[in-house]
Amino acid sequence: MNLLYLPIILPFVTAVACLEFTRWSKATPVIGTIGAVAQLIGAIYLLDEVLVKELIVGHTGGWAAPVGISFVADKLAVAMVVITAIISVVINLYGWAQLDSALIKKHYFALVHFLLMGVNGAFLTGDLFNLYVWFEVMLIASFVLMTIGGTKAQLEGGVKYLVINLVASVLFLCSVGLIYGKVGTLNMADISYHLRDSVDAHLVNSSGILLLIAFGIKAGLFPFFFWLPASYHTLTPTTLALFAGLLTKVGVYALLRTYTLIFESQFELIQPILIWIAGLTMAVGVMGAASHYNIKKILSFHIISQIGYIMMGIAIATPLAIAGAVFYTLHHIIVKTNLFLIDGMIAKHYGTSDLKKLGGLYKWSPIFALLFFIPAFSLGGIPPLSGFWAKLSLIQAGVEANHYFLVATAGVVGIFTLFSMTKIWAEAFWKKPDPETPKFKLPSLREMTPALILASLTLLIGLNGDALFEFSKSTSNQLLSPEAYVKAVLNK
Amino acid sequence: MELIISLLIAGFFGTGVYCLFQRSFIKLIAGLILIGQGANLLVFSVGGLMSLKPAFVGKEAPPMVADPLPQALVLTAIVISFGLIIFTISLLLKAQRELKSDDLNQLNTTDTL
Repeated sequence: MNLLYLPIILPFVTAVACLEFTRWSKATPVIGTIGAVAQLIGAIYLLDEVLVKELIVGHTGGWAAPVGISFVADKLAVAMVVITAIISVVINLYGWAQLDSALIKKHYFALVHFLLMGVNGAFLTGDLFNLYVWFEVMLIASFVLMTIGGTKAQLEGGVKYLVINLVASVLFLCSVGLIYGKVGTLNMADISYHLRDSVDAHLVNSSGILLLIAFGIKAGLFPFFFWLPASYHTLTPTTLALFAGLLTKVGVYALLRTYTLIFESQFELIQPILIWIAGLTMAVGVMGAASHYNIKKILSFHIISQIGYIMMGIAIATPLAIAGAVFYTLHHIIVKTNLFLIDGMIAKHYGTSDLKKLGGLYKWSPIFALLFFIPAFSLGGIPPLSGFWAKLSLIQAGVEANHYFLVATAGVVGIFTLFSMTKIWAEAFWKKPDPETPKFKLPSLREMTPALILASLTLLIGLNGDALFEFSKSTSNQLLSPEAYVKAVLNK
Repeated sequence: MELIISLLIAGFFGTGVYCLFQRSFIKLIAGLILIGQGANLLVFSVGGLMSLKPAFVGKEAPPMVADPLPQALVLTAIVISFGLIIFTISLLLKAQRELKSDDLNQLNTTDTL
């Protein structure tokens, strides 16, 4: 069997196994974790093969493209699949240690794996309509995970998240339909092939903008991001870390894929829009973060400004910029998930993430403070942590391509990012606590393991950034020369 | 035919968006259903609108028939949107019971927290 389907099949099998064991709900975290580890092994095998073969193509049901649905693993897709598998392992471990049994009984782990199936499917598919279907798989699982706790705030946040995402799906579907009407095919490689020599290629731009809006809503771009800080902070820590790490990045991945493959010939027209969106997303996100006093809210707004950085890479679209965007995405998923895991441990202990009510964590547990320090200041971009290299490559790419305004924005936003990370550090860790605040006890090793794994990954990337950056560069070269992709899928 | 369908799609989207901007939960659901149907109709119509052409043909295909692929896509999309709408309705029902209100303007506590 083609290895390509493993990242989709394994979460599905795991999810079904979790459903089977509903009666012994204590077993589901174990099954979930085993499934996640299997997923990681499968993903690494796939990565290994892609590094040798450059591209793996699978034609479902034996129907060759463009008739059948093709699945394509190129370097970007496989990198995202590997990082998803890492997050999957971490989230399963964390959920195992942290979740109360009421949530586990509500099929929590089955839902997580259904979500991961949707995410992996979206990364691997080579067909636009199939991408829509995977998005829906991911969405419906995320709706249930979001509202599963059933608290008032979760229901309220859930309604907002649900409505905006349904509207985005409708726009996505319209765009898919219109592209089919204009090009007569839905296979992304085939669309790219048809548009390359067409004199009427500009006609797909309307669909391109619809896609930009649809993916922009899912990725949390300016001006479509309002749902994110209004709903994410209501989630249970485990769900929050999973969503914050992966979901918006699926939107970013879809943008990167469609704008390098399908709308490649029309990119110059759309570039100014992307540049404005990137700058505004960065700036507005970080301003939101600077103005809030709740760790969850600050971090949610940071997701938006970080997405802006990734968009900056996509908008500049030189090889270095795309490499920077890929590097940034990988670094960002690890760091963001980790920060939310750590916030989850604080929130579990104190029952709040409000900075005004916290304090003295450094005094009570220097080890825990160090654990927070690594991802927080990696996000802020302090050398030699991973975020510094990510930002450096994007800024260098911006200077080389003469986008000085964007570079200046990125610089200022970087300072503000550091400011709001320092705010969390100063308030929650350094500030002298209220006399009545209870002492912070270091969480058990079982709870800390996921965060430790991610923190060591951050350090590893930071100290050994060259290897990952080389990989990002070759990914970006592959993305910017879609001919090879088209040739591999269509056999012509 | 094309004009009628186009106007119909515009009508679906127009009324759908209008409903989405209202304050009540019921209109929210109606709006989501309407824009969903508008999108389905749009995808359906890109296959070409042909009438009175048989679905089963002899060995030689007639020169002008509608493209069946968008119809298959629409079937998938209808099933997906059906499931999503059912979920929306049950979520809104639960939210309405929990929040004791069906006014969307009351749903602003998570924005400011």
